[in-house]
Amino acid sequence: MSEAKKVAVLVSGGLDSMLAVKVLQEQGVHVEGLNFYTGFCVEGHTHAIRKKDQKKDKRNNALWVAEQLGIKLHILDIVDEYKDVLINPKHGYGANMNPCLDCKIFMVKKALQWMEEHDFDFIATGEVVGQRPMSQRKDTMPIVSNESGAEDLLVRPLCAKNLPPTLPEREGWIDRETLYDFSGRTRKPQMALADQFGFEDYATPAGGCCFLTDKSYSVKLVDLWNARGERDYEMDDIMLLKVGRHIRPRPNFKMIISREEGENNFLQGYRNQFITMQVADFAGPLVMIDGVASAEDLALAARITTRFGKAKTEPEVTVEIRARDGSVQKIKVSPMSAADIEQSWYI
Amino acid sequence: MANYSIDTKGLLCPMPVIKAQNRVATLNPGDHLEVLSSDPGALSDIPAWCRINGHQVVEKGQQGREVRVLIEVG
Ligand code: SF4
Repeated sequence: MSEAKKVAVLVSGGLDSMLAVKVLQEQGVHVEGLNFYTGFCVEGHTHAIRKKDQKKDKRNNALWVAEQLGIKLHILDIVDEYKDVLINPKHGYGANMNPCLDCKIFMVKKALQWMEEHDFDFIATGEVVGQRPMSQRKDTMPIVSNESGAEDLLVRPLCAKNLPPTLPEREGWIDRETLYDFSGRTRKPQMALADQFGFEDYATPAGGCCFLTDKSYSVKLVDLWNARGERDYEMDDIMLLKVGRHIRPRPNFKMIISREEGENNFLQGYRNQFITMQVADFAGPLVMIDGVASAEDLALAARITTRFGKAKTEPEVTVEIRARDGSVQKIKVSPMSAADIEQSWYI
Repeated sequence: MANYSIDTKGLLCPMPVIKAQNRVATLNPGDHLEVLSSDPGALSDIPAWCRINGHQVVEKGQQGREVRVLIEVG
């Protein structure tokens, strides 16, 4: 008997990719999972920051799915290469800054490369025709296969019957008849299949697999690009956009104001990269200044800072401003009234 | 058998897992890799990754904000 064919499945950790893996396992092919880390994945770096989130279940869903189904999982770091996808998406953005179609094409292209390097035979995803408004439409699914170069080596087991037969189906590596014909936005067929497979627990991410589908996150990203005059970002930027309240009182700088202890601790780690400030003698948030701020700007920021702590009703408060080199300057300011903080400053 | 160590402090999950994965790929069965991290998520993610990929967790623990996982390459 010939050796089992090998398939690399894109595993996000959600139900659809979990089902795709299981369906292929039932066909007797050898399955391993690929998970891509763009830097914006909801999976990572959220639980570690906010204290209230630290109590939540810390499982990584992609790893969890792999363990449940007994497959190996390879996590690929595509943070650097992903920049070009996000900054120049050929097919544009979805409802927010999510370049889903270009993102899918890129991931499938990387999966194809991995498949070739590791001597696998084909790739698969948990995509379903019509499930997502941008990347999973009847007209965009062929774009993913074509532009990624995967062509008919890309199988979508959950909706294969709605698509032309792929090579693995034509060659009989897998049986097209036992694949599915799911379509549309409904989740019922997936849930029924999950029941049939006896899956009792699975992740149901709302919206999408990454922060770029989140409106407030996208607004902050665009603000960052506008303020810097260029569409670029570093890993630290991605993370800092997740933390704290963001207030831009002047075009040349913004303030990141921690909302609780976990964020305070997280921002502490950036003290050598940014100017930070905190009210002396009273409880209050750690505030980070992103941008170039003059002495006058820092005084304004100090007045705003006092607004977010216990000192806000005091007539005069000392604020400690810490420079990147660790030197501390103290200034006395009067707390700003809530009404003086313009709504348009909030990002 | 040899001992190695990587410091992923300051990185958030899944980066510590990715760094561990990429380092383990260069090691031999029986080698030990110590992974240091500041993300408590690494305490569950690295062992999960090890279970899936056939490596052993020899020790794991947390001291203050620092997390340490010792892996034996399978
Ligand atoms: S939600 Fe994010 S990770 Fe998912 S396809 Fe869209 S851009 Fe890519």
